[in-house]
Amino acid sequence: MKKKKIVELLGFLSLRICLYLVLAVLLLFLYDIGSKGAGTLSWEFLSQAPKRGMTEGGIFPAIIGTLLVTIVTAILAVPLGMFAAIYLNEYAKQTRLTRIIRLSIRNLSGVPSIVYGLFGVILFVNILKFGTSILSAGLTLGLLTLPWTITASEEALKTIPNSYREGALALGATKWQAIRTNVLPYAMPGMLTGTVLGLARAAGETAPIMFTGAAFYLPYLPQSLRDQFMALPYHLYVMATQHHSIAQVRPIAYGTALVLLLLILLMTMSVALIRYRMRRVKRE
Amino acid sequence: MNVRKLILVGLLCFGLIASANTISAQRNMMQIKGSDTLVNLVQILAESYMAKNPRSPMAVLGGGSGTGIAALINGTCDIANHSRAMKEKEIQMAKDNGVTPHTFVIAVDGLSVIVNEGNPVSQLTMDQIGAMFRGEIKNWKEVGGPDKAISLYGRQSNSGTYVFFQEHVLGNQNYSADMKRMNGNAQIVEGVTVDKVGIGYVGVAYVADDQGNVKKGIKILKVSKDASSAAYSPLNKAAVDSGDYPIARGLFQSTAGTPKGAVLDFLKFELSPEGQDIVEKEGFFPIGSGQMAENEKKLK
Amino acid sequence: MIKTKRTSFIRIKESAIRAFFFTNGILAVFILLGIFVFLLYTAIPAFREIDIKEFFTSKNWNPSSPVKEEYGILSMIVSTFLVTMGALVIAVPIGIGVASYLSDVAHWKVREILKPIIEILAGIPSVVIGFLGIVLFGPAIAKITGQSHGLNALNGSILLAVMALPTIISISEDSLAAVPRSYREASLALGASRWQTLIRVKIPAALSGIIAAVMLGMGRAIGETMTVLMATGNAPAFPSGFLSSIRTMTATIAIELGEVPYYTTHYYALFAIGLVLFIITFFVNLISDLVLHKFQEREL
Repeated sequence: MKKKKIVELLGFLSLRICLYLVLAVLLLFLYDIGSKGAGTLSWEFLSQAPKRGMTEGGIFPAIIGTLLVTIVTAILAVPLGMFAAIYLNEYAKQTRLTRIIRLSIRNLSGVPSIVYGLFGVILFVNILKFGTSILSAGLTLGLLTLPWTITASEEALKTIPNSYREGALALGATKWQAIRTNVLPYAMPGMLTGTVLGLARAAGETAPIMFTGAAFYLPYLPQSLRDQFMALPYHLYVMATQHHSIAQVRPIAYGTALVLLLLILLMTMSVALIRYRMRRVKRE
Repeated sequence: MNVRKLILVGLLCFGLIASANTISAQRNMMQIKGSDTLVNLVQILAESYMAKNPRSPMAVLGGGSGTGIAALINGTCDIANHSRAMKEKEIQMAKDNGVTPHTFVIAVDGLSVIVNEGNPVSQLTMDQIGAMFRGEIKNWKEVGGPDKAISLYGRQSNSGTYVFFQEHVLGNQNYSADMKRMNGNAQIVEGVTVDKVGIGYVGVAYVADDQGNVKKGIKILKVSKDASSAAYSPLNKAAVDSGDYPIARGLFQSTAGTPKGAVLDFLKFELSPEGQDIVEKEGFFPIGSGQMAENEKKLK
Repeated sequence: MIKTKRTSFIRIKESAIRAFFFTNGILAVFILLGIFVFLLYTAIPAFREIDIKEFFTSKNWNPSSPVKEEYGILSMIVSTFLVTMGALVIAVPIGIGVASYLSDVAHWKVREILKPIIEILAGIPSVVIGFLGIVLFGPAIAKITGQSHGLNALNGSILLAVMALPTIISISEDSLAAVPRSYREASLALGASRWQTLIRVKIPAALSGIIAAVMLGMGRAIGETMTVLMATGNAPAFPSGFLSSIRTMTATIAIELGEVPYYTTHYYALFAIGLVLFIITFFVNLISDLVLHKFQEREL
């Protein structure tokens, strides 16, 4: 009897240790970036362009570039994701084809980001002749984000009880009318917040944009979708490995990492906050 | 609520893009791409030039000599920086693409072989260095150092420095597969600073300034042509000019066809006394009169 | 009055709307096929000059060699798997451990807090993790293992483990939570302790889901680019252990794609590597999906 107790205690202790390990690593990461990057953060850092061979100044163009390319990503991935999710959840029947579609979506989410980058080079940069641009990079990221937005939107649609749909249909609505009036308005907040999470991931990706539009240094901000751009994740990569005075710009690299993390955290937490408030409203 | 948020974000971004129009000037910016060895120097030259000519914006990007030359061939840059001569294959590919490259020397580099400052070895012959980087010599004790395995740091195949070193020091043989391919000169310096048994090769401007002060943590090796010659340091300008320092090289820029307009103007600035002064300040060596004459011929 | 007959206009409109949504649904299949087809189309020209057998069995990747151009990807494949297996060795036990903790030990309030915290780990971009590999883990690994530097497969494995953990934890936890309460209650009723129930009943019951989770984590590790690019040293040699510097398939593509002139054999060969990568991750994901499907079927 005692042996069982001891084994159990040790067993659960080992589980606890696993958890603490993971939490410790997370804390270590956040602490390192936070403490070493905070010193570089300032209003100037966020609003100025890099100066003097990128050894001074700020990262404003990288922030703008990331925002712009994320907008293009959203324009592609959000509507298409929602429409595909509507098909899967509202219209599709349990056929082989549906299974293949779901398989494809899951597979797409597992394709390496550099392969998306290669595909982007072939399709957007070369064949469609968009060249290295915000457009090419944004579309490439859009494809990468699509599986996420589809899945997130579908999750949101699944939470709407069937009674909503059936009620509308019973009153004589067509299928689309039922979806439009009785499902979408309630699912929309969930769909949008889910897609924002996918966009947060896209904002941090480097490999897909490396060859489709991100640039080492541009003296001016992009003026159109066909221009190249600087981006936060690529800027971090450049500052950490390709710059000609790595040791000197290490603080800038930390600052960039921190800004990137804060941006993603901001997006993730606002989603969590909105969802929390939605849940409270629902309960009332 | 979410639609409103979307509209707000959209307006914000539109505002940002609109304000961008007031910051940036022209769309057709001169693109200079290529060598990591040159990128710092050319960026400073560009900044000085742009201070006097605000209507000629230019973007200076890195990527390695190979990237720059590829961009010139592909037609995606105006000037290619490269720290090695263009290969026959590349010149042919360029011509096939309708591009006739014109090459100019804008600076001289004493390619430096560096080790950790704790390493007792202070000089090596070309043969020894070649053998080490080919992977034939694997232990420091074979060249007068401690009994420890050699840790090699080099560049990647897109680097002009990689190719130049391969041609002139390795006798055009393959690098050791164990050499770590780093992304740029600075990463090699960083690696060797930390790695007590490391050895690497970098442009001289990355390890010393114009006063001859060497970066902390590393030691620049003296190199001799062979076992019976004297060993010289790359910081020795006379040795670099005379060829006594065996791994001196020119640093190049190439244009598609004869340079015209802003490109020509910028090249002239780089070759002017003011430009060459900046070259020296950044740690490289200015070009000699012979090289200047060659440049003049091509500028016509 | 209730409309019992739909006008043909409305019927056509409904069909059109349905078709519209169907097109979007099937888009995913087309994209997947498209990626495969385009990669294949761009990779095939490489094999005009490269012998396929040599491609897969040669350890030497040296496309820009002055001696002999070689296009063997065996070293890269082995490096990729070495670093992936290393990652799984770390991430699987810890991941299942954390998942078990969340499902069986933690109070539901604690779980609600922990799950989003672990999601934060998943949200850290790969470039930031690679950066931490250089500045944080590299020096630490060097000190602990007594090596001269810390950019090697071990560093890569640890970082990839961190990246795969959230996936493994999340899906394993879902699988464990899906085990019917009756299993647990029956086991406890028969006198087993909570621990025994966990180890002998719940985990085996959730095994397919856990396997699927591990495979998805594995897929993630195989396909990761930036982290390995920054932290593993990039030496294309055939790996001799966890402390050797290695270069994975993903890193090779990322490093060389920028420098290669378009439409050369080297260019096509890089896409061939991409194709191989795509096929490997496709099969890993396919198997994971089949296992998960079987798991879900059984539960119903």
